[in-house]
Amino acid sequence: MDAATKKQLEITACRVRMGVIEGVHSAKAGHPGGSLSIAEILTYLYFAQMHIDPQNPQWEDRDRLVLSKGHAAPALYAVLAERGYFDPALLGTLRQIGSILQGHPDMKHIPGVDMSAGSLGQGISAAAGMALSAKHFGKNYRVYTILGDGEIEEGQVWEAAMFAANKGLSNLTAFVDYNGLQIDGAIGEVNSPEPIDQKFAAFGWHTISIDGNDFDAIESALREAETVDKPVAIVAKTVKGKGVSYMENSVGWHGVAPNDEQYEQAMAELNAAMAALTGEGE
Amino acid sequence: MAEVKKVATRAGFGSALVELGAVRDDFVVLDADLAAATQTGKFKSAYPDRFYDCGIAEQNMIGVAAGIAATGKKVICSSFAMFAAGRAFEQVRNSLGYPHLHVVIGATHAGISVGEDGATHQCCEDIALMRTIPGMTIINPADETEAKLAVKAALDADGPVYMRFGRLAVPVIFGEDYHFTIGKGVQLKDGGDVTVIATGLMVNEALEAYELLQAEGISARIINMHTIKPLDQEIVLKAAKETGAIVTAEEHSVVGGLGSAVSEAVCEQFPVPVVKLGVYDVFGHSGPAPKLLDEFGLRAVHIAEKAKQAIALKK
Repeated sequence: MDAATKKQLEITACRVRMGVIEGVHSAKAGHPGGSLSIAEILTYLYFAQMHIDPQNPQWEDRDRLVLSKGHAAPALYAVLAERGYFDPALLGTLRQIGSILQGHPDMKHIPGVDMSAGSLGQGISAAAGMALSAKHFGKNYRVYTILGDGEIEEGQVWEAAMFAANKGLSNLTAFVDYNGLQIDGAIGEVNSPEPIDQKFAAFGWHTISIDGNDFDAIESALREAETVDKPVAIVAKTVKGKGVSYMENSVGWHGVAPNDEQYEQAMAELNAAMAALTGEGE
Repeated sequence: MAEVKKVATRAGFGSALVELGAVRDDFVVLDADLAAATQTGKFKSAYPDRFYDCGIAEQNMIGVAAGIAATGKKVICSSFAMFAAGRAFEQVRNSLGYPHLHVVIGATHAGISVGEDGATHQCCEDIALMRTIPGMTIINPADETEAKLAVKAALDADGPVYMRFGRLAVPVIFGEDYHFTIGKGVQLKDGGDVTVIATGLMVNEALEAYELLQAEGISARIINMHTIKPLDQEIVLKAAKETGAIVTAEEHSVVGGLGSAVSEAVCEQFPVPVVKLGVYDVFGHSGPAPKLLDEFGLRAVHIAEKAKQAIALKK
């Protein structure tokens, strides 16, 4: 990836983070921590990876993404808005009555959302079904899904993992957002799903472990995923709350919205990051 | 008298899949390691490249079906009622119901007539569970003929469709001229004293009850309510108005099933006595299916008793 491309992606990811904070602050509810951690993954997928057409969200041959960790909807919505699926002004209506932007992804009403999800463990099965559909009906599209590291404590995830390997779903790539925290605490203390890569490998998946907040690492993992004949699990080590200092690696910011003062601080930090990226300001 | 032909509705389901497979290849079939029992195995043998076994993992199977449907393709998935509606309830609710995806669930081995396997497998709660999901269609065919017609109709329906089939061979009561429309109850006999609204294998029992009641000078209307959701309100209310008393008959719990659906419609729009015949809030147990149907009071004679109770409750 050349420097200009990378910088542009970083700028987009920063805007996505601002969208997350705007949405969650307006809603006075939501999940900022696990949304901020996957900003790079979603940005790369929607701006550099997936074959999609924002003017034709239902395009039959498009690549698809299932946000299995549906509570990170604020990040998905921010990326979709940024990509042109709908007006970014809608982000301020997150979780409000009358808004299309439901607390968790709703494929029936939100342009660009490929699958309703949010009850943990279910999205990966739907993603596997989409991948199977592509193989069966002779389509070339690829399917991506993003799981939480806490989410993979759900048994259904491993039913789906077994199925995807058995059916040879090489067109399926699953990211695991390995930020190490779930609602009740550190994943290792709550009910450790670790070692994550070894579990997926044992279920017959090709696994790649990366820094999930690094665009170069995301890109090389996705290139590698396209060359293997198995489903691929990209175990992406991330920082929960990434980009907002007081949220980083803090379990308390899993599902809490910033108050007005905290919102101002978060936006100031993100604006400073943006200024550093664009070379504006000081 | 000629021997009555008996076929399980699950066999009708399997036959319909094979017949559909012969004329169209726009759908796939999923099962969860029960293909021989659910009868999807017939389709698997005929069209192995259009059949996917998901193994003993019903929750994932429902999710996979949702994913296939989300790509605009048709899919029929099958397991026992206990696991399709019970174990995978939340997947049916959130992955199929909420996005209103068109998936046909072929749920076999419903009710007490599972027989020897006993209570763990005798699902008498599936209609109740499925009824609570907005946009769900629930079809409980009465015989092989209806099962086949219903499967074909369901494949081209909209949204999630839960189809309930039995393990036990039951009389084939409808001929080739039988007409089936999702959501339209079928009046099989006319009568003025009471109406019996039956579903599934209780339809044949209701037809026998008609004869028993006639012998006692009671004129019963018999309705086959193959579709429990959406309920055919029109035929129910007409029966309430014209006969003034209703009996519901189902091989399912009296909590939340056909009886509840009919009661809700009647109470709110034209209150008349509704007496429910079904499994009275108890678990089943092992035994030969016909003996269990006797023991749990799911026979024509029991319907006739309830009909007289309903008539006695008229003002």
